[in-house]
Amino acid sequence: MKHLLSAKDLSHDEAVMVLDTAEAMAATQRHAVKKLPTLRGKTVVNLFFEDSTRTRLSFEAAAKRLSADVINFSAKGSSVSKGETLKDTAQTIMAMGADAVVVRHSACGAAHLLAHAGWIDVPVLNAGDGTHQHPTQALLDAMTLRRWYAPGGPASGSARAADGAPAPQGRDLEGARVIIVGDVLHSRVARSNVDLLTTLGARVTLVAPPTLLPVGMDDWPCEVSYDFDAAIAAVEPDAVMMLRVQRERMSAAGGGFFPSPEEYSRGYGLGAVRRTAMPEHAIVMHPGPMNRGLEITADAADDPRSRVVEQVGNGVSVRMAALYLLLADEGNQL
Amino acid sequence: MTAHLLPGVRPYGEDATDVLISEGRLAAIGSDAAAQAPADAHRHDDLAGRVLLPGLVDIHTHLRQPGGESAETVYTGTRAAAVGGYTAVFAMANTTPAQDNAGVVEQVLRLGNQAGWVDVHPVGAVSEGLKGEHLSQMGAMAHSAARVRVFSDDGNCVSDPVLMRRALEYVKSFDGVIAQHSQDPRLTEGSQMHEGRVSAELGLAGWPAVAEESIIARDVLLAGHVGSRLHVCHLSTAGSVEIIRWAKARGINVTAEVTPHHLLLTDELARTYSPRYKVNPPLRTAADVEAVREALADGTIDVVGTDHAPHPRESKDCEWQAGAFGMTGLETALPIIIATMVEPGLMTWRDVARVLSETPARIGRLADQGRPLAVGEPANVTVVDPGVRQVVDPESQWTRSTNTPYVGMELPGQVLATFLHGRPTVLAGRPVERASQETEPKEQA
Repeated sequence: MKHLLSAKDLSHDEAVMVLDTAEAMAATQRHAVKKLPTLRGKTVVNLFFEDSTRTRLSFEAAAKRLSADVINFSAKGSSVSKGETLKDTAQTIMAMGADAVVVRHSACGAAHLLAHAGWIDVPVLNAGDGTHQHPTQALLDAMTLRRWYAPGGPASGSARAADGAPAPQGRDLEGARVIIVGDVLHSRVARSNVDLLTTLGARVTLVAPPTLLPVGMDDWPCEVSYDFDAAIAAVEPDAVMMLRVQRERMSAAGGGFFPSPEEYSRGYGLGAVRRTAMPEHAIVMHPGPMNRGLEITADAADDPRSRVVEQVGNGVSVRMAALYLLLADEGNQL
Repeated sequence: MTAHLLPGVRPYGEDATDVLISEGRLAAIGSDAAAQAPADAHRHDDLAGRVLLPGLVDIHTHLRQPGGESAETVYTGTRAAAVGGYTAVFAMANTTPAQDNAGVVEQVLRLGNQAGWVDVHPVGAVSEGLKGEHLSQMGAMAHSAARVRVFSDDGNCVSDPVLMRRALEYVKSFDGVIAQHSQDPRLTEGSQMHEGRVSAELGLAGWPAVAEESIIARDVLLAGHVGSRLHVCHLSTAGSVEIIRWAKARGINVTAEVTPHHLLLTDELARTYSPRYKVNPPLRTAADVEAVREALADGTIDVVGTDHAPHPRESKDCEWQAGAFGMTGLETALPIIIATMVEPGLMTWRDVARVLSETPARIGRLADQGRPLAVGEPANVTVVDPGVRQVVDPESQWTRSTNTPYVGMELPGQVLATFLHGRPTVLAGRPVERASQETEPKEQA
C-alpha cells in the first residue's frame, strides 16, 4: 500500500502491524530523548483545508519526532472558495519538495483524489475527509482499546495491560464488544472504526437515533440499535465510544436531526446511570473535543476508566507508525 | 441544392436500398432512385450497407449560450449534435439570462440558424428567472418566431404545486408541454450522489430516489386533474418507472425521458471520487439501470434525451463536492443506445428511431423532424455504422467541453453522415463546414 486513505484499505495483518509499530514508537517516547533519526531529510506537508488543531499538532509531533521536516499549510474552507483548486495547491506543495502529504479536507474523497488523480506522486495520509474516513483516528482508537481489552473478558484471567503499558505484540481485538454512540451519519470516526475494529475481530454496535444513521448501511458489518440502554444490557460492552454532536445540527427548526439537546442527551448521552450499567471493566472513549453535558457528562468524561487523554497520546504513536511505514526506507511495508 | 444519392443504405437497419435526397426531401427510395438522380448528384458509396435513420432529435440539450460560452456555444453544441447524428435539438432554458421571454428565445433561435448544424428549438422557462415563483412569458414565447412548445425550469424543479398546476393549465392554450425536472428541493439539500449503500460508505450526502418519485407522482396527478401534457425529464429510478406505468394505464397524458448515462452507469462510479460521474439526477443502482432499460424497451419510457450538460474543465478537475453536476452526451448517445439496447436485443432500429427521433419530435410538436423514411418526407436523416467500435477520447470530440463520463470506454457505432434538410452536415464522421456558415474554431476549455 502506497497511501493510507481509508481504514477499509487495511487488512487484518496490516492493521496489527501498524498497531505493533505504534507500540514500538510509543516505547521510544518514554526515553529522555524522544527524537528518532528515521525520517531525517524527508519533508512532510500537513495540508489542512479544514480547522483541526489537535490532529494537525498530532501529525506534526509525529513527523518531528521521526526527524522529518514539516511544512504546515492551512486553508480555511474549501480550496475552491479561495479561488485556488486542490490540484493547484497540491502541485505547489510538491514543488516545495514534499515526500509525503497529510491532508485534511471537508470534501469526502479529497485524499483519494490527491492520491490517484496523477497530480502528485508521494504517499498521501488521510487526516480526515469530510464525513468519509479518518483512518489514523480509528487506529489510535484500536490501539487504546487493544491496551485495555482482555480476550475472553475479565473473568477469563487474560492479562490486561497496566496503565499505559503496551499491548502484547500481534494481538487483535477478536471478541471485543464496542458500542459507538451518536451522530453516525456525519461521522468519519464511526465509519473508520466500523471498518477497522471489525477487521480486527471486534463486534461493533452502533447506537443512534434513526435520523443520524445513514440510509444504505444495511450491509455494514455491525449491529444497529436506537436504544442505548438496551444496547448496553445486550452487548455488555468492553468499550463505549461516544461521538461528538455537532452543535450546528441541533436546531429543531429547519432540518434538525432531533427535537432538542435535552432529548438527545436523555436518549443518547453517557452519564452516571449508564456508566454504572456498563460492565465494570469497560472503558469510555471519545475522539474529542467533547461536548460536556450533551453527549457525555463531566462524571463520565472524568471517570477513571475514561481513556480520552490516552487516546490523544496514542494518536502521536499511531501517526509515527504510519509515517514510518509509508516513508522510511526500512519501513515501506504498508 | 446538390442532390445526394445514398446507394445501398439500410433504412431502419432493414433491407438495403438506394435513397435519393433532392431539394431537401427524400426524393426516391428503391431501385429506381439512382435512375432518378440528376447527373450532378453526389454519390455516397461509402455509406452502402450502413443503417439509415430519421435524423435524431434531442428533447434535452444544454447549449449554455447566452451566458455560459466558456462551456459551450450554440455553434459548438449543435456541431457536436450533428456529429452525434442529430438534426434537431431542444435547447434548455437555464441560460444566463434565462430563456424566459421572447427576446432570449429568438436570440437562441437566430444563433441556431446562423450555425446551421441542426434545427434549434429553444425551450422556454416555466417561471421568471427559473425562480419557481411567477410564470414566465409563456404566451409571448409560444407566439414568437421561436414557436416555443416545450417549457421547463430544468436544473430546478417546479416544486410549488400551485405554480406547477398553473403552468400545466396555461400551456394548453397553445398545445405546449411542461417538461419537469423532478427533484424535491428539500429532500435533496446538499445532496451529492444517489442515497444508498455507496453513499453510506463514502459519506457523501445522499440523494434519495423518493425525492424524484414523489414529485413525479404529484405531477402526474396534477396533469391528470387539469388534462394537460406533462413530460418527465431524465427519469432515473425503478420507482419512477412504476409511477409512469401507473399514470399511463390511467390515461394520463404523460411522457418520460431517460438519459443515455442512466442506461449504462451506476453509483458505484462515485467510488472514484471523480466529478466526471457527478450528475443530476445522480447515477443510480444497477437495479435502477435494469428497470429503465426495460421501461425504454416496453415503451413506458418514451424517449432518450441526452441532458448534454457541458462544463469547463476546471468545474470537473476538483474534489467531488466542489464539482459541477452534468455530463456531455450528444456525441455518445447513439453508441450508448446501441450498446445498452440494440446489441443486447432489447430494441430494434425502428425502436431506436422511435425513441431518439419520432417521439421527441412529436412531444415538441415539430412538423418536419422525426418523420418516417418515406418518399416526400424532409431529408433529415442520419447514417450510422454499427460495426465500428471507438474508444471515447474527449479531446477528439466536437463539443467545447470535455466532461464525458465515457472517457476510455470502447463504444459501438459511428455516425458517418447527417443530412439536415437535404444538406450534409456530417460526412465521413466529421462536420462539414459551409462557406456561408459563421465559423468558430474548436476550442478546448
